Amino acid sequence: MHELGIMTGVMDAVEKSARDAGADRVLKISLSVGVMTEAIEDSLRFAFEALSESEYTMCKGAELDITMVTPRSICSECGHEYAHDRYHVACPQCGSGLTHIIAGKELQIDSIEVNIPDEDDEPENA
Amino acid sequence: MQIDMKQPILDKNDRLAQSNRELFAEKKVFVLDLLASPGSGKTSTILATIEALRDDFNIAVIEGDIASSVDSEKISAQGIPAVQINTGGACHLESDMIRRAVEPLDLDNLDLIIVENVGNLVCPTDFDLGENMKAMILSVPEGDDKPLKYPGVFQAARAIVLNKIDTMSVFNFDKELFRDHIKNLNPTAPVFPISATNGDGVDIWAQWLAEQIRAL
Repeated sequence: MHELGIMTGVMDAVEKSARDAGADRVLKISLSVGVMTEAIEDSLRFAFEALSESEYTMCKGAELDITMVTPRSICSECGHEYAHDRYHVACPQCGSGLTHIIAGKELQIDSIEVNIPDEDDEPENA
Repeated sequence: MQIDMKQPILDKNDRLAQSNRELFAEKKVFVLDLLASPGSGKTSTILATIEALRDDFNIAVIEGDIASSVDSEKISAQGIPAVQINTGGACHLESDMIRRAVEPLDLDNLDLIIVENVGNLVCPTDFDLGENMKAMILSVPEGDDKPLKYPGVFQAARAIVLNKIDTMSVFNFDKELFRDHIKNLNPTAPVFPISATNGDGVDIWAQWLAEQIRAL
């Protein structure tokens, strides 16, 4: 339900980085989203489609790449590191509940690909 | 050209939440972010908790709702400072709303701020407000299967209050099954069965909360 807000934040941050780099267009946005967050891949894509239709965004027509990150935890008692699903976080080796999630809670903009106008112009000018 | 960003999506919220956390630490105020569905008895639980703790702690409440000031009026009527946030449609509270909400409060003379988040088991989970802990309330009529449907909130909560236990027989709520679900999702979270309206179990929950506040 809050994916629209999340995506608005993504696009604001992406456009700022793109502008700072002197770009005129964003070609691709890569995100990492942990399975243990409340952000749903389909809803993020839907929000992005709706928001990037506007003529006024540098992200119009950009590709959205989402990597869903599988949860992993480390057991604080026996040190075992393991992958798990969303519903079972206890250590499969010793059964302890004192565990620490090391992956699966990401909500991150990894990287973007942008078009820098000068770069494209160079071959034509040469 | 590729630009590596490695930037948390909720960066803006998280940074302000951290600043809130530093402010609360400096003022020695414990902030509890309470998550639950609409109708689970959040306000009744808060009122019962206040009743149990008001002799020992100075308490204020921040009420988050999409609209209306019904809840903050109930709290104010008990002589407890209450600030109403109307999100105007937004499904969760964010750290900047909390920052504005605490402005009128006398933080120097408070020990505990209870934040009643917008009634919603999904969206508030991902948003750090700068709180000391999130806790959640599930009410018996919602069903013992809710941890399977909304795992995120049960994992974000450091404690789980099970409200309306006086209705357990009517709703065929399986308490053991519920505890099994919690054990899988969040093995270290204590479960506090209470009835906010008749007071059953409230003291045990309030005592545990008092320990967390004193440990600050």
